[in-house]
Amino acid sequence: MATIVYEEERLAQLLRMLPPAPEAWLRAAKELPLARRGLGDLVARAEADLEFRGRLVADLEAALEHEGYEPDPALVAALRRRLGTS
Amino acid sequence: MRDELSLGSLADAEVVARCRTGDQAAWCELVERFSRYVHAIATQAYRLSREDAEDVFQDVFARTYEQLDTLRDDAAIRPWIGQLTRRLCIDRLRRGSREAAAPEELEALEAEDVIALLDDALSVHGALATLSGDCREILDRFFCRDESYLAIGEALGIPAGTIASRISRCLGKLRDAYEGRRRRPGASRE
Repeated sequence: MATIVYEEERLAQLLRMLPPAPEAWLRAAKELPLARRGLGDLVARAEADLEFRGRLVADLEAALEHEGYEPDPALVAALRRRLGTS
Repeated sequence: MRDELSLGSLADAEVVARCRTGDQAAWCELVERFSRYVHAIATQAYRLSREDAEDVFQDVFARTYEQLDTLRDDAAIRPWIGQLTRRLCIDRLRRGSREAAAPEELEALEAEDVIALLDDALSVHGALATLSGDCREILDRFFCRDESYLAIGEALGIPAGTIASRISRCLGKLRDAYEGRRRRPGASRE
């Protein structure tokens, strides 16, 4: 009986160790594939248009907003990696 | 909705394989499945600030998504994500320690101890996912979300006075499920 109580207390302790991540973080991670669809277009355009690439490198968030994209952290980080500016 | 219920019972390797085909629901399941683990490594094992932890969290899933095609073993996604999270957390600490010297090696040792516990915790969560919806909900709300009996009772429409006994019953079921999975290595979500 004491072993069972110990095991259940241990399980409870382990459950407590994994609270949920903030909802907004989860949402951004789940939307990543969707954001990537925009990413592919942006990278292709940056490769074809040096002036556009320059604007992205100079101020990525502002350039994204100017182009009508939501500069979510996942998209910004991925774009920085693809542009070689991270 | 098609797979919302069944995806949770798939083995990690099957979820990864579905993600690779562009299945958005499978990707959401993968994020759900490992989000707490990644969050806990960043905030508990490496004690990153909220901002740094969020950056690491997003970076882990971004790199996971990018590298789905290059994984050598889909079934090993869990240790792969764990290792990636460690590496990115350490990178963050190193970057920070240039500005304020941190006891890096000591922290790394402590982090490994915490991560060993988090690995066990993730296995317990795998067992939790096999329980009935009622038990999953009540144990998650009480232990993981730290909700009161009153809040749980209101959310689930059950008398608050019965919550303690339900928790006790569900913990017993969780113990049985966890023991059963430990005797069957390779079970789903392992």
